[in-house]
Amino acid sequence: MTLAVDLDDKDRGGPAQPLLSVAGLVKHFPVKKGFGGARSVVRAVDGVAFEVAKRETLGIVGESGCGKSTTARLLMHIIAPDAGDILFDGEKVGTAALELGSYRRQVQMVFQDSHASLNPRLTVEDTVAFGPRVHGFSRNAALGHAHDLLHRVGLEPSRFAGRYPHELSGGQRQRVNIARSLALQPRLLILDEPVSALDKSVEAQVLNLLLDLKDEFGLTYVFISHDLNVVRFMSDRVLVMYLGKIAELGPADTILQNPRHPYTAALLASMPSMDPNNRTQEAPLMGDPPNPIDPPPGCRFHTRCKFAAPICSAKEPPLAQLDAAHGVACLMAIPGSGHPRAPALASEAA
Amino acid sequence: MSDTPLVDVKGLTVEFTGGGKPVRAVGGVDLTLAKGEVLALLGESGSGKTVTMRALMRLLPEKRAKIGGQVRVDGRDVLAMAPDELAAMRGRVISMVFQEPGIALDPVYRLGDQIAEAVMRHEGVSRTQGRARALELFERVRIPSAARRLDNYPHEMSGGMRQRAMIALALSCHPKVLLADEPTTALDATVQIQILLLLRELQRELGLAVVFVTHDIGVAVEIADRIGVMYAGRIVEAGSCSRVVMAPQHPYTQGLLASRAGHVFAKGARLGTIAGSPPDLANPPPGCGFAPRCKVAEAVCAKELPPEFEVERGHVARCVRLAPERVNAAVA
Repeated sequence: MTLAVDLDDKDRGGPAQPLLSVAGLVKHFPVKKGFGGARSVVRAVDGVAFEVAKRETLGIVGESGCGKSTTARLLMHIIAPDAGDILFDGEKVGTAALELGSYRRQVQMVFQDSHASLNPRLTVEDTVAFGPRVHGFSRNAALGHAHDLLHRVGLEPSRFAGRYPHELSGGQRQRVNIARSLALQPRLLILDEPVSALDKSVEAQVLNLLLDLKDEFGLTYVFISHDLNVVRFMSDRVLVMYLGKIAELGPADTILQNPRHPYTAALLASMPSMDPNNRTQEAPLMGDPPNPIDPPPGCRFHTRCKFAAPICSAKEPPLAQLDAAHGVACLMAIPGSGHPRAPALASEAA
Repeated sequence: MSDTPLVDVKGLTVEFTGGGKPVRAVGGVDLTLAKGEVLALLGESGSGKTVTMRALMRLLPEKRAKIGGQVRVDGRDVLAMAPDELAAMRGRVISMVFQEPGIALDPVYRLGDQIAEAVMRHEGVSRTQGRARALELFERVRIPSAARRLDNYPHEMSGGMRQRAMIALALSCHPKVLLADEPTTALDATVQIQILLLLRELQRELGLAVVFVTHDIGVAVEIADRIGVMYAGRIVEAGSCSRVVMAPQHPYTQGLLASRAGHVFAKGARLGTIAGSPPDLANPPPGCGFAPRCKVAEAVCAKELPPEFEVERGHVARCVRLAPERVNAAVA
């Protein structure tokens, strides 16, 4: 197939250089409380830093309001960050070295709502061919390319090319979205809850497809989901967010089998047990996630944390590296932080 | 009295007219629910689980939904009820918790007043007594600072608290049967488990019979005594929770369990999938609804609807491969 792109041509920094490197990312949204009320800000993303290596999948998990979708939109530059840098293969996005247009050809996004993210008045083939046509391909070349891609995502062009989005099921529409995102031969895909709206039997098909495409095109994924099972299945590394901050970041297996942040542990324990003889007996967390307007001082999780000590409301934990790959933002993991549990946990980690 | 089921549904069919072709959303559902029993209806979108549940309360649009079969709740024929009898039954005998409390609750009334109104309407008590009952319920569903929260409007509460208020409203008139339509789907995982545990506790303490509709097997396992798996408007498999999850018999249930992302841990492995997508119920397949997607389908599957076969006491599935003569032949 002509689509098997020579990615190495675009690769500048070599395999060791992270494809995406994010530092100090901040986005606050101003809001007014009530009519004529005081101004305040939603701290949607508040100092987030991470890297995504080439050809890896970074999963981002968290509850509603934790900032995971805002992070996706910032990565895509759909909204501009208030502060922070995004480096793509070593080049700062939005500078002369890497202009926004060129960046967006290499980074594409798939959204949760497969219906809202397709133009209802474009056929499937026109949808997929739209990007290449904008970027100067002839109509025929773009359509041929679109047909190849549709075939690749499992939609036979002879049956589906001329259909409109409303004539497709949710799973088929999400396949169109995936085909469209691949049309410009991107290197990084940002997948924002791509299977959350799909039925379970269709979800598995789309996840398998995403894994196949990643192998075939040498793609790198940022995979956002609230479903830990799905993230575990898809990701090499996992980033857990809570109220705009990173709670824990590390290899998927480590994080999901041996979580070190109490929030990660609670998220895992909140998943329904699949054993009818061994049901969950106690809710790991009480209450709802707090409002990201005026988040709690200190550690943002301390209001719901069962290990919280007085120090937690006073001191904000930095993301401490337990080892080269595993970071956790919890005072219990930092030796000498003043948390009563800190020293014991630190010696355990060493 | 004790052995007559609280809910008894036989041959329930629901057909929606008004569009082009009539859509047969439910194509013959039998189910019973005993006092104090929790039944989960598990299925994908369009499988008919919500329509089945709404038929129990006759909440479907009268003009467009043609309901057939028999629905008896607490010994009375729901389909034959006059409007005032229906109104008396809803809330008092059988009530419902909806998926989106933000939509189901009235946005312009204080929560306490909404609950008090229901109590006043059904039990003929004063507003003060209604409010007192509302406070009691708010404490029961563990809404913190309940007295103050009674004066909240729905939008002033978080999703989890709104769902607690919705449950309080549903329980306000001591119903015998509670219907829950994906009550935790819109909630975050850490809140979902709290609501599930609350429902389980209330069910046990009040001896409620519950029909719980969900698309998530994990949620069904947490709450249900029995699970009915729905596909294309029929219950294709039903049995105790542990039987259905540990020893699924129908190929659809087996496929659903295999496609869960939770049980595959090897990197780079692929999930088991069910090919294709659910059938269009305006043109339902003549035989088994699952036949077009089934890996083990035979010629007969496309022609005839398989009957229910009992694989073990209380565990039934609609699949021709489970016919007693074939099962016996395989054993011999």
